[in-house]
Parts: sequence; C-alpha cells; structure tokens
Amino acid sequence: MSPSVKTPEAKTKKPEDSFFKRLIRQQLFIPIAALLLLVVFNLIADPSFFTISLKENSLGNPVLSGNIISVLDNASELVILAIGMTLVTAASGGQDISVGATMAIAGSVILRMVCGGQITSDTMQMNLFLAVLIGAVVAMLFGAFNGALVAYFKIQPMVATLIMFTAGRSIAAWINNNQLPIINDIAFKYAGTFLPGIPVPTPIFITVLVIFIFWLAMKRTNLGLYTQSVGINANSSRLNGLDPKLIKLMTYVILGACVAVAGFIRVSRSGSINYSRIAENIEMDAILAVALGGNALSGGKFNIYGSILGAYVIQFLTTTLYKYNVPSTALPAYKAVVVIALVVLSSPVVREKMSGLKKRPAKTAKEVS
Amino acid sequence: MKKILVLMLSLILVFSLVACSKDDGGSDGGLIKVGVINNDPNESGYRTANDAAMRSTFTKENGYDANFYNNNDAAQQIATAQQMIQDEVDYLLLSPASTTGWDQVLKDAKTAGIQVILFDRMLEADEDMYVAAVVSDMAAEGKTAVDWLASQGLSEYNIIHIQGHMGSDAQVGRTGALDEKVAAEASWSYVTQQTADWSEETARTIVQSVIDAGTPFNVIYAENNGMARGAVAALDANGITHGKGGDVIVMGFDSDKWAFESVLSGSWNYMGLCNPLQAEKVDKIIKDLEKGTKPAQKIIYSDEPGFNCDTLTQADVDKFGT
Amino acid sequence: MQEGSVLELRGICKYFPGVRALQDVDFTLREGEIHALMGENGAGKSTLIKVLTGVYSKDGGEVRIRGIDGPAVIRSPQDAQNAGISTVYQEITLCGNLTVAENMYIGRTKGALTNWKKMNRDAGKILESLSIPASPTQQLGTCSIAVQQMVAIARAVDMECKVLILDEPTSSLDEQEVQKLFGLMRDLKKKGVGIIFVTHFLDQVYEVCDRITVLRDGQLVGEYVIEDLPRVQLVSKMLGKELDDMADIKGDSTAKVDMTETPVLEAKGLCSNAGIKPFDFSVRKGEVNGFTGLLGSGRSECVRAIFGADRVTGGAVKVEGKDVKIRKPLDAMKRGIGYLPEDRKGDGIVGDLSVRENIILALQVMKGFFRPFSRAKAEAFADEYIKLLEIKTASSDTPIKSLSGGNQQKVILARWLLTDPKYLILDEPTRGIDIGTKIEIQKLVLKLAAEGKSVTFISSEIDEMLRTCSRLIVMRDRKAVGELTGEDLTQTKIMATIAGGEAK
Repeated sequence: MSPSVKTPEAKTKKPEDSFFKRLIRQQLFIPIAALLLLVVFNLIADPSFFTISLKENSLGNPVLSGNIISVLDNASELVILAIGMTLVTAASGGQDISVGATMAIAGSVILRMVCGGQITSDTMQMNLFLAVLIGAVVAMLFGAFNGALVAYFKIQPMVATLIMFTAGRSIAAWINNNQLPIINDIAFKYAGTFLPGIPVPTPIFITVLVIFIFWLAMKRTNLGLYTQSVGINANSSRLNGLDPKLIKLMTYVILGACVAVAGFIRVSRSGSINYSRIAENIEMDAILAVALGGNALSGGKFNIYGSILGAYVIQFLTTTLYKYNVPSTALPAYKAVVVIALVVLSSPVVREKMSGLKKRPAKTAKEVS
Repeated sequence: MKKILVLMLSLILVFSLVACSKDDGGSDGGLIKVGVINNDPNESGYRTANDAAMRSTFTKENGYDANFYNNNDAAQQIATAQQMIQDEVDYLLLSPASTTGWDQVLKDAKTAGIQVILFDRMLEADEDMYVAAVVSDMAAEGKTAVDWLASQGLSEYNIIHIQGHMGSDAQVGRTGALDEKVAAEASWSYVTQQTADWSEETARTIVQSVIDAGTPFNVIYAENNGMARGAVAALDANGITHGKGGDVIVMGFDSDKWAFESVLSGSWNYMGLCNPLQAEKVDKIIKDLEKGTKPAQKIIYSDEPGFNCDTLTQADVDKFGT
Repeated sequence: MQEGSVLELRGICKYFPGVRALQDVDFTLREGEIHALMGENGAGKSTLIKVLTGVYSKDGGEVRIRGIDGPAVIRSPQDAQNAGISTVYQEITLCGNLTVAENMYIGRTKGALTNWKKMNRDAGKILESLSIPASPTQQLGTCSIAVQQMVAIARAVDMECKVLILDEPTSSLDEQEVQKLFGLMRDLKKKGVGIIFVTHFLDQVYEVCDRITVLRDGQLVGEYVIEDLPRVQLVSKMLGKELDDMADIKGDSTAKVDMTETPVLEAKGLCSNAGIKPFDFSVRKGEVNGFTGLLGSGRSECVRAIFGADRVTGGAVKVEGKDVKIRKPLDAMKRGIGYLPEDRKGDGIVGDLSVRENIILALQVMKGFFRPFSRAKAEAFADEYIKLLEIKTASSDTPIKSLSGGNQQKVILARWLLTDPKYLILDEPTRGIDIGTKIEIQKLVLKLAAEGKSVTFISSEIDEMLRTCSRLIVMRDRKAVGELTGEDLTQTKIMATIAGGEAK
C-alpha cells in the first residue's frame, strides 16, 4: 500500500543522489526534523524537560509524570482527529472545520447517557461502552451529514462543515438542556486519566489502539487506494468502478468516529463539559497536523503517519511554550510563526529548491520515458 | 436511497435547530415588553445559571413579553440592541460583552424613552444613561478572597494564578486584588500567572506544565470554578494533595453547586461567591418602576461572601448553589 | 482592400512554444455573407478567432477592417469591439441574474448614471427589430438558452458591429432553437453584417452559409463558395485526404467473425443524458468494430452509454444473450467490459498514484474493498504487464504522471487487460502518442480479437480504423447514420457517409 512510511522514492533513487537530497525528499522529513529540533532545543535549554518520575496519584495509583508523558497524553485527541482529517482531506480535497464542535456534541451525548439525564451523578447510569457507542453513532451521523453535503450536494468542505462549526456547540448544549452535567464516578475517568495500577495515562493507550486499527485498515482494506484515487481523479475513479461520492461520504463518517473517540477522551479527563470551550480551535490544530505531515491540503496522496507525527509536533511545541511560561494568549502567535515556517519548508516548491541546492537538478522520472 | 438518507439527515438537523430556538412570538396587551441581551449561556456554569434565571423570570405568566438574545460578541449585541429599540421595547436589559461602545445605544434608548437596566456586567457610561445596574462587585470578590488567603498564615505563598478571559470585568476585578497583594508582600509570589480563558482544559494543562517543571507551589487561585476544577484534575493525576489539610490551597469563584460541594467535602479550600441570580432583583426594579417608584440606588451590588471549607454549611450550599 | 469585403486577414502567423498554430493564413469576409470556418480540432480555428479578437497577439501578417486605414491594431478584446468585431461564444458569457436590457448595455453606459427608461426602450426596439422573443425587463436567466444566445447577438449587433463571430453557437440548442438562430443570422446578413460561423455540424453549414474556409494543421486549405464544394470534398479537405490518394488498406480479419453467433453485447435503442439519439449496436466474439464520425458527432457518447459512464436514459442491453442493467461502470466491469476513455488525463490516469496502483486499480475495485492484493501480488501483476506491453518506466513505483503519453496509455491498457475482459472499448487509444506506439496498439487490438475477445475501436484517423475494424458505425450529429462492412469499408465510402446529404 502506498501510505506506508517507506516512500516510493527509496527505490527509484539513483546512486548519485546524496544522502541529504534523499532525506529532503522524504515526505516525513519535515515533521521528523521539527520534532528533532524541538528535542534538541529542550535538551540544551533545560535537560530536566525530559525527566520522567514515578509518582502516586491521589487514588494511590503509581503514575508516570513528566513533560514527555504530558506531550504524549495531551496529544491524544489531536492525533486521533488528525488521522480522520487526513482521510477527509485526501478524498474530498478539503477539511472538516466542525470537529471541535462535533466533539462537544459527542461528549455531551456521552455525558447525558452516563448521567442518566441528571445534572450530577455519582455513579454511571449506563454501561460506559454503550454510552460511548451511542456518542459514536451520533458523531458519525453528523459526519455523514457533513459528508453528504460535500459529496452529494458538492458544497466545498469548509463551507459545508461551517454549518456544524456554527451550530454544533449549541446542539451540544441543547442535548443536555443547557445544563453542565458532571459525573463523579471514578470509573468514567479511567479513559481520560489512569487505569488503576497502570502508570501510563490511558489516552496514550487509546491513541495507540486507534493508530493500530488504522494501520490494520491500511493493510487489510483498500481504504488508502480508494481515498487517494478518488482524491486525485474522481472521474477516473468512477470509470474504474468506484463510487467517489460514497467514498467521500465514508471518510467523513470515519472522521465522525474519530471525533467521538477524541470527544470521549476529552470529557473523560474531567467528567464534565463546557460547551463553548471544549476542544476550542482543535480543528485548526488538526488541519495543521495534516499539513505538517507533508500532505497536500488539496487532497490526493497522503501519508497518515505524517499527520500523526505532525500532531505530536504541535503538542510538543505547545508544551514547550507552556514550560517557558509563554502566556497562553500568546501561544497561537508563536504557534503560527513556527507553523508557517514548517509549512513553507514542507511545500513542494521549497523542497525542490532545497534538494537542488546540494547538487545539480534532480533527475525526475520524466526523463526516463 | 442515498439521497433519501441525506434528506432525512438534513431534516433531523433542521428540526433540532427549530426545537432549540422555539420562541413565542406576538405580544399581548398589558404585558411589559422587555429586550434581554446576554452573553453565551454555554460559556460557563455561571452564565448558564444566569441566563436560565433570566429566562424563567421574564415570562408571560410573570407579565412580560420578553425577547432574548445571547452573544459574546459586543458588536452583535449592539446591533441587536438597536433592533430592539426599533421594536420599541419598554425596557432594555443589558449584560454587555464589552465595557465600551454602547454610547449610541444608550442615547437612542433615552430618546425613544426606553429604560435601560444593566445586569451582571457594567459598562462605561454616565450614570444618567441607565436606570439601574444590578451587578457583582468583582473587585470586592477579589479582595474578600485575597483577605481570606492572607488569613491562612502561610510562611510563603507560591501561587499559580489562572486568569479568566483577559479584559473581562471578572478577570480585572479578581486579578487586581491579588496583583496588589503579591506586589506588596515579599513572601507572596507567582509561580505562574496565565490566562486559561475560562477553559478547564487549558487550566489543567497550565498546572500540569508547572508540575512537570518541578517548581514548588502551594496555592492555586483560579478565577472561576471550571478552571479550578481543571487545576485539581492535574493535582490529582500527580498525587498532590489539596484542600483541607492538603499541600495546595485551591480557590475558585462563582456559584456552581458542584463547586460548593467540593468545598464542603474539603477537596477545595475556598470559593468566592459570584451570584448569577440577578433576575429577581431586576424584576422587582421593573415592577417598582411600573408603579412609579425609582430604585433607591443606581448600582445595586449583590451580597457576595466567600465560603471556605471550615465554615461552609449544607444550608449555604442549598441557598446559594446553582 | 477588395471591393465589398469587411475584413481581410493576410498571412497571419501565430507560434506557441514548439507549435506553429497558424502559418500564413488568409481569410476574407465580405459584406452580408455567412462564412463558415471549418477544420478538425487543432486545425487553428480557435487560434485564428483569438488572434482576430485580440485574445492572442499575432506573430505575423496583417488585419484590415473596412473603415480603418492601413492595418488594424488589435491588442485586446476591447480593441476588437471598437473596431466593430463582436464575438458570441459557445458558453453564454452574460449574467443570468440581470435583465435582458441590462445585459445588452452592461459596461457600455457612459458615466455613473443610467437612464433606465431609455435603456429599456432602446433594448426593446432592437429586440423587436431582430424579432427576438424577449422583453427588456425580463431576467435573462428565465429565457431559453437560444434566446440568451440571441440576446448575446443582439448586444453584439447593437454595438454596430461589422463582423460578428459565432463560435459554436448551436451546440447547446435543439433543432427549433437552431432554426430561430438561423433566422436571426439571415436577418443580420440582409443588414450587411459579415458573419463568421464556427461549427462542427456539417448540415448547418450547408443550410446557412455562403462560403467556407477550411483550415488544417494551422494552414489554409482554401476558400470555397458553398455550391462548389460538395460535402465529401469538404470532409476530405478537413481530414487532409485527397480522394484520389485514398488507398484501400482493408484488413482481412473480418472472415473469422461468425455473425450468426449470439453477440457478446447487444444494445437496442440505447441513449444517455449526454444527448445521443437512441442507437442499436452489437459486437460479436472476436470482432473488432468501431464508431466513426467527426469530432462531436457522438461516437464517444455511444461507448460511454454502453459502459454506463454517462447516465443511461433508455434502451436495453444484452450481454451474451442475457438482459442486463448497466447503471454504473462497475456493472459493466462485472459483465466483463473494459473501457479506455478518450480523455486520458481527465478520465484515465490517476496521476499521483504509481504505475503499479494504476495497473491494478480496476481489478482491485472488482475484487472489493476488504480484499486488497498483497504488495507482492500487485508487484507481480505490474511487472508482468510492464514487460508484456513494454511500458517504459523507471519502476512500478514511479507516479504515472511522469510517464510519456504513450506509456500512460499502455498503463491504462494494462489495467483493462488485467481484468481479462470479454469486450474492450478503446476510445481514441492512439491520440497524441508516437507512431511506434500507435502501431503497437493496433497490433495488440488485432491480437486480442484473434484470441476471441471483442473490441470496439474509436479513432479520428480513418486509416487506423480501416486497418483494425471489420465493421464501422458512422455517426453524424449525435446520431448513428450508417453501418459499413466488407466491401463498403473504404475511405471514400466512409467520408461520404460522414458527410451525408448529397453523397452518392
């Protein structure tokens, strides 16, 4: 399958290509380089950044604590969203900007289920898995709504998802009658904090599981081939028997499932929800993660692992900035600067130039024919 | 088949939107026509309670023909206010999202003979321009809280200060008192002073990053309950004790029932009350005005004590919790 | 300038990088005549019009216009308009949400103020004088396409044009609407306007035009009075085959086809939303047949209907005697039909995907979403066909878009051969590829037929069709107008059928 870490270039390289040039051409070069840069910066500025200590949390469980754990933990929602966003981007050539709002909906539904409609509840009123499943179904329905607008009504993705972006948080509030439900059952918080006796935050496990599922899907299904084919040339895909509309719709439904998982983690961290603040602006970070991973936002070929790395880079950056006491209101500005630099660097134009710097112009396969 | 599915989905969505924006139109004779402009009820538990109280007070049964509008954007609020003046409401009830920019609205209202009553939030204008203001004294809330903190007699105050939305009335008032004290006392210092923009999630991240950095601290001064809750989540995750007898003093503001309960259970140390229930007072002012009685004072502050884990009683929780 | 001419082009040259788009072209338009500009695609018609209207700047030659002393300088469409040259394009370029009158005067009012009353009155007069059935205050979007087209012409006429260029104005009109348009053209002709008429429809040319200028490969073939140029002659001039030169090079593969056997595919009264008239069609085991006709005659639309690429609106299809419904390409693929589309870039290749992925795509889709080929299997397939068809590529991992046109076409061929179809449709498989590859593809087609597969072959080059096909269906104006087999398969006969009308 194409979206694998090994990019095709590896094989077509000619011996005279320098190591540097080969490196630059890798799609994953930019996110990996950015990650290394952040690591090196922190190593030099304050090596204690990487300390991980074993503590005991308030429930008496042993837990790991440290910046690195925080990065991995806090990036979970973003990574999961970035995976879904990559598929949507690939197939429909646009992005879903309603993921934050839909997360609020999914979280709201889950909380309503486990609270049994009450404002506060000390025990879960419904089986947690069932509640999450219902939340997932709702989020996937909203995903299908977005997907239908994009695929069948041919509305630009950003415009189509603007509807849910605007209305989503109100719908989330409406689901709970404008109340802020709180669940105090410690078991509900396992998914967002720690499982008893396990020192690694649960979101990290959930993220690994989601990545594994997608790895499997890439291997065992034609998800990659179909979405890329539709994103690159919908006409050709149709003439080869694919249903481009259905495939676009499918990617939005998959993103809906990702949103539900991310929303569940988010509400499970605290057992409550704040409709207008939960996962605010996360859609922008998710889109950035896709771009940072070297994926074209106009769709087509993608590398899902690039997006995952991109998401971790963004979280790493956020955590680093917090660590150096950058005011949280100024965070977006810093992020923007770094992100602009990275995105420009990962643009094909610049990379072409960079790989051309070292030696004479790269030979492309065009000359072969 | 697919098209039908799509259509159904669209319909479901439209219905749900209609359902949540069901408003009674039309005005009967004899009702007092009021326009209520408030902030987004989803912003915080405080605002939810505030908005709910307004909506349940200004009803037809209570003699009002009320029109509600919620937005956190002052420009939108101003546009709507102007519309309401056009519609010739009798009273304009205003919780402005920003303190400035309202001159024209107030002037127009005066010309049209519409009485303006501010609730919950102040704005910068001459006192003549409105009939009354039922508000919280944020600076007093901050002062009460800082005084209580000082009374704890710690040898050192290493404070994580989590601020609300910068520039808002509540943030300015609650930050002011603490800033003053920290500047004045040598033993008081900030470990970090950050805005979490009322977000629980951001507050958690800020506290986690302080913990990860290994800097010692013993006070968390969060400017609302939601952010205090986020901070506590980070403390719990790292096994740092807090509340009554714990290593870290946790302070929050507003009136959420669950927050009262946290204080009552000793998980938190302090909660400064910020009473969201101005509706009743506003209602009384209007009823009096209708009878021809003007309110005794222009600015009516709510009585807003602070509660701590040593003195809070269940009776207080039932009385003030929302 | 000659007596009576309104426009003269002399020795016009236009070069694009590597291409001589126009080479020494002369063109003369006389007062009150309708002059057809004919030629196959790429002959230089649109380039000539773009030079004339100032969209392109010419690289040589001169333009003379009545009323202007010396060579006219046309650097922009505005210049052309000022010189009295108006153009109405195939697509309506007016604003549907404005009124008819507004559309006629848009961009032409002087100053900031508009006298609406006067504008509507003037517009009304013009519409009346041209008997265009529209009211000045009507929204343009509510008029039929033909009326919109006419309003565009009225706008052009009102600008006091001497030369009116109509670029494929009839392609979206039905027959009645075409007649209305022709009526208008004849009126204008009487008023002394010179009209340049560009169209693919031969019947229309013979119905309304006075003169024909034929271009081929950027060069002038000649200017003819309509009575002197029978249709067959016109077609041969457009295609560049003088009748005398036409050699019969008919293949001898016809003999092997058993015409009594049940057809592999049989269609009755098939039509689609792409606007073709219902047609009958059948193909038998081992047979190579083809659709021929000028560009735009509907030959591609026919095969697209068979494959389900366009929405089928009527007709019945049988595959090996059994009734089938083909609603979408996958239905056709499952019946063993393959389709290499005409537009290689737009409909064929999936540009950023590798050669390997492009080769396995169709078979993979048929196999299903949950059953992907293993990497090794996909590579084996790709390598087999890269070798078989001698596809020149660095590796099977190379993105297909970096291959040459001919090799891209071979990859698409490989894609369909891999599905082992019973019946393969090849629409213009040889367009834009080098002569060597062309012959390879022709040989491959004959080889497939010899193996018992059925093939439908479409090409603009009649030679090629004669070399490969044993039966030809001739299309004209989106209608199947004839079927040629055996002795009738000669260039002469084909051209006569394409031309229709007076052909003997």
